[in-house]
Amino acid sequence: MHPAISVIFFTVTSGAGFGFIAMIGAGVPLPQGLAAAFFLPLLAGGLAVAGLVSSTFHLGHPERAWRAFSQWRSSWLSREGVMAVLTLCLFGLYTLIWMITGDRLLWLGLIIALGALLTVYTTAMIYAQLKTVPHWHTALTPLCYLGFSLACGHLLATTFGPSGGSGAVGVAVLAILIAWGLKLAWWNRAAATNLAAAGSTPESATGLGSMGKVRLLESPHSGENYLTREMVHVIGRKHAAKLRRIALLLGGALPLVITLAVWIFAMSPGWLIVAFAGLLAGLFVERWLFFAEAEHAVSLYYGGGQK
Amino acid sequence: MTSLPASTDKALGLVIDLDTCVGCHACVVNCKEWNTGGYGAPLGDIDPYGAEPVGAWLNRIHTFEVSPDDAPASIVHFPKSCLHCSDAPCVTVCPTGASYKRSDDGIVLVDESMCIGCGLCAWACPYGAREMDPVENVMKKCTLCVDRIYNDNIPEEDRVPACVRTCPAGARHFGDFSDPQSDVSQLVAERGGFDLMPEMGTAPVNKYLPPRPKTKPDSGAERRIEPEAAKADGFLGWLDQALEKLG
Repeated sequence: MHPAISVIFFTVTSGAGFGFIAMIGAGVPLPQGLAAAFFLPLLAGGLAVAGLVSSTFHLGHPERAWRAFSQWRSSWLSREGVMAVLTLCLFGLYTLIWMITGDRLLWLGLIIALGALLTVYTTAMIYAQLKTVPHWHTALTPLCYLGFSLACGHLLATTFGPSGGSGAVGVAVLAILIAWGLKLAWWNRAAATNLAAAGSTPESATGLGSMGKVRLLESPHSGENYLTREMVHVIGRKHAAKLRRIALLLGGALPLVITLAVWIFAMSPGWLIVAFAGLLAGLFVERWLFFAEAEHAVSLYYGGGQK
Repeated sequence: MTSLPASTDKALGLVIDLDTCVGCHACVVNCKEWNTGGYGAPLGDIDPYGAEPVGAWLNRIHTFEVSPDDAPASIVHFPKSCLHCSDAPCVTVCPTGASYKRSDDGIVLVDESMCIGCGLCAWACPYGAREMDPVENVMKKCTLCVDRIYNDNIPEEDRVPACVRTCPAGARHFGDFSDPQSDVSQLVAERGGFDLMPEMGTAPVNKYLPPRPKTKPDSGAERRIEPEAAKADGFLGWLDQALEKLG
């Protein structure tokens, strides 16, 4: 699949933003005062909104994006839009109350936390629902998205949390480990999953398998088309192994080392912002691979999957 | 509404005969021609006369080589357009309601004025039946020539999809699959029509007919034509003998 920068930025950034919103809503310890009540929700909401705005850049008609709120009964993309806006509206209200009264309403916060996690889940389901892309079509996909979202959110919450919260730093280590553990399980499954394993071959695509082995002789047109550019994208698979190591190093090892150092040597939690930057950078690489490595069934009509 | 209808009154679609198709691309060209002037926005092209033309097409022909274990390879021309699936995944993923399946005749359509061009329907389709228009930035797909088949302003024989009307080989047939007595249903029953990628669970309406089995030469019983030692007479006979004598 074609790895569109706008969609990579969207899934990573809004995942981190909604993860932080979930943490704020769940009532993790954060500094008191008006500045914290303004800037921390601004950062969380800003990340979420930046991601959502970026996602509209890949639309052919962004001015009609409001229509996407209508089909939540059947469409995961629509559900994602509805959940994101609902959660952000409630979060705005929560922030306003926090700024004015200095109180963080736990009951409202918990509703927001649930909404934020559901938003991340619906984002992941946009991909996980697609039977046409066997790599994505698994419950591990939403688990990975949720894992990374929570790891990002928790790391941010710990960065800005009151110093001396060593328990929270320990949980951050655990959250990063769990998130990458899920991703390793996802990669492990992906290695054994391709179109053929899902039962789709050039033979099933053409229905000519009973006659013999099927090979593409001529494409419909001599040039590229929307389908080949969007769904038969193969550039970058060559460097997949290297890119995975880079993702693990930047997004896994680096944040773990920093977080562990902060935990063990009781360093200032401000250092965790470097860990967060590493995690985010690693996730951009991870998300790029999520798209670039995924095979789509339509490739079988364009010479893919031939033995 | 992007929820699928529980059932449709009719199930209009195509039968494509892979035995008869000669791969001439006439259906592709006529489809582009009709749908550039018909329903919705024109089918756009970028750089149509340049070095790297790219555009939206609703019907494309692939050509496959099929190699049996015990016989020479065959060439199969393979036209592909929207299969108007009963369980169309492209419809349910649409966030705006632009994609829908009609409950009266089962045709899957896009309301272009509601399409945001997100492309998710094209990702959901295993067949590559949907293409983004590079000029209008809305999703394009086969309409089964909905603006021909019910059109009282054109002669009755033209009230079939443009691809069917133009096919010089008669490889494309249009009809109602919900009626077991219809020509298309009977053709499918007689010739063993099949679905593409049944494992995707899309329950396509369009069916494909397999190429008829090729006749195989009997092994060892090939008739050789030996050149006969022709006896020439007259001038040629004299010349033949004269040349023989020369050694």
